[in-house]
Amino acid sequence: MKRVISTLVVAAAVALTASAASAESTLNTVKQRGILNCGANGQLAGFGLPDAQGHWTGLDVDVCRAVAAAVLGDANKVKFVPLTAKDRFTALQSGDVDLLARNTTWTLSRDTSLGINFTNVNYYDGQGFMVRKSLKVNSALELNGASVCVQQGTTTELNLADYFRANKMQLKSVTFADADQTIKAYDAGRCDAFTTDASGLYSERLRLAKPDDHIVLPEIISKEPLSPSVRHGDDEWFDIVKWVGFAMVDAEDLGITSKNIDEMMKSNNPEVRRFVGVEGNFGEQLHLTKDWAYKIVKQVGNYGESFDRNVGEGSPLKIARGLNRLWTKGGIMYAPPIH
Amino acid sequence: MTVESSVAQQPARVAFYNDPRVRSATYQVLLCVIVGLLVYSAVSNAVDNLHRAHIASGFGFWNQTAGFDISQTLIAYSAATSTYGEAFWVGLLNTLLVAVIGIAIATILGFAIGIARLSSNWLLVKAATVYVETIRNIPLLLQLLFWYNAVLKALPDIRDSHRFFGSYLNNRGLFVPEPIPDPGFGFVEVALVVGIVGALAFYFWAHKRQMETGQQAPVVRVVLGLVIGLPLVVYVAAGMPMHLDHPQLGRFNLNGGLALQPEFVALLVGISIYTAAFISEVVRAGILAVSRGQTEAAYSLGMQPRPTLRLIVIPQAMRVIIPPLTSQYLNLTKNSSLAVAIGYPDLVQVFTGTVLNQTGQAVEVVAITMLVYLSISLITSLAMNIYNSRVALVER
Repeated sequence: MKRVISTLVVAAAVALTASAASAESTLNTVKQRGILNCGANGQLAGFGLPDAQGHWTGLDVDVCRAVAAAVLGDANKVKFVPLTAKDRFTALQSGDVDLLARNTTWTLSRDTSLGINFTNVNYYDGQGFMVRKSLKVNSALELNGASVCVQQGTTTELNLADYFRANKMQLKSVTFADADQTIKAYDAGRCDAFTTDASGLYSERLRLAKPDDHIVLPEIISKEPLSPSVRHGDDEWFDIVKWVGFAMVDAEDLGITSKNIDEMMKSNNPEVRRFVGVEGNFGEQLHLTKDWAYKIVKQVGNYGESFDRNVGEGSPLKIARGLNRLWTKGGIMYAPPIH
Repeated sequence: MTVESSVAQQPARVAFYNDPRVRSATYQVLLCVIVGLLVYSAVSNAVDNLHRAHIASGFGFWNQTAGFDISQTLIAYSAATSTYGEAFWVGLLNTLLVAVIGIAIATILGFAIGIARLSSNWLLVKAATVYVETIRNIPLLLQLLFWYNAVLKALPDIRDSHRFFGSYLNNRGLFVPEPIPDPGFGFVEVALVVGIVGALAFYFWAHKRQMETGQQAPVVRVVLGLVIGLPLVVYVAAGMPMHLDHPQLGRFNLNGGLALQPEFVALLVGISIYTAAFISEVVRAGILAVSRGQTEAAYSLGMQPRPTLRLIVIPQAMRVIIPPLTSQYLNLTKNSSLAVAIGYPDLVQVFTGTVLNQTGQAVEVVAITMLVYLSISLITSLAMNIYNSRVALVER
């Protein structure tokens, strides 16, 4: 009911506000407000989760912090708005948040019919399954006739039905609106399998009563490129968020980290000099300051640092980099150059 | 001159703009126009804004393939071929199913508890009071989560199911054998229809005769005999044309048979028990509203307490009970949308949940859903109003 009400409020807002936020420059709005409103997950360890002190961490959270660092000069000037899978797009459309960084899969219909634009992939994910070890299932193809717990409001439901259909298997899905209730029902034995993006499986497994009794199956049944998104129609803001993402990857590519960036200011490498802002006016071209990329890396770190701290070896999740390695290291993480 | 004098004799003619009837009509027309304009501007503004923000609008999604699975479907539905429109009907039927059964259970339970609170048995009164005060003071959502998690936790895993009479009970639900009619079952169906028609005819005949002559007929026995006995005799005579489809334990789940899912049970139990607490208060108030003298008069005529309650008190109490009871029925129907929290695929879960998410058309989907709940509520109110006008006090 709460969700219906919030959806209604958004519908009413769409109906009643004259010409919505689209006409205004998001950059100016954010600068005037002095704080960035960022739509985040709030329940998913590694991507967006506040700790007991209310300090948010996660790979998506770092995107918000990096944008705040580049635009406002301070990575802490972010107000995180926890959003459910169902509410997230309406929150962005209605202007409640300036930026949505909530492990959101980039798909054609979302890109075209929701009035939003995806900026750049910050995590290449794919949907997988988790089952009890006692079932002795080794492959998702053995799940014929199984009950699967799934969360609503994502691409997951459709992928699940598609996969079972394509492999001529019987599916009994049990759908919940809330991530918490989904994993609880699975833990209670309501379903044989639990499905979500593979990154989420590792994160949710930590919350089960006995994490070691469950395994993640090897099959990845879908492409889930997760990307931040902004409202359609504000190209200036779209460019900024996009290039903040690229800058983090470029920094890793150039070997610039939060620890060595001050030495890098003296580097002779022209690419590094352009990146940190001692050469060229790339910050101004984005309508930001010269040292925009410096602030991002100094305060938040490069992509590799962010990955390691939040989901990789430096985190409890210990997810392998896999596809998310740099293109020079066997992955597909690649960013256009700052020229 | 004649004209002038005739004018003078009539009551003073007022200008049309001072005529109260013209004025009130004008005000109402103006109000309608303003409301209409407001609605129009809101709608056209929404359409404009959606268009400007490149958000899809319109009802074209209705016939597109849905592609997602639904756990409980009363009509044929498959992820491969069914449309969003069919998903809507599946959700609506699931909502109606839980609302209708919930209303029946809540009414029976509510009447029983309401009467129990007025009983002369101390224990019964206290037990009913504790029930009402506990249940109606805890938020419904918490109760639903309690029932759902209680159901899941209390029942065994599927491989350790409780088994009885070919049925299985576990944390995936209750699975019972499904009766499948064989050829020849049509005779039994015909016998049932004949039995019901005959029972109705007998009931009206007996009622009429009692009104005219005061003679009573054994209505209950004859009705039971016609509705249950007759089809049973035909069933045996036709050679028992029916077999049972037993649920079979497969690799993961039970296949075949009829399944009652824990989500449905938890929602049904939760909203029935919750609404029954309110209904019992409505019933208690209704009964207390009937003057004590009515009961005393009945007793002094030698009537027993039970017929007194059934024939004297309740019919008069109904006049007070029906209007607030209608509100409780509407509440129950609307509260069933909390199903979304425990995974029961009702209209809100399927339509404003998955369909909204997959199509992204919040305005249309929410508007349709609101219209549906409004229609259900108005139809319920209408039916209850018709019933109310029938039990209303008829002054002679």
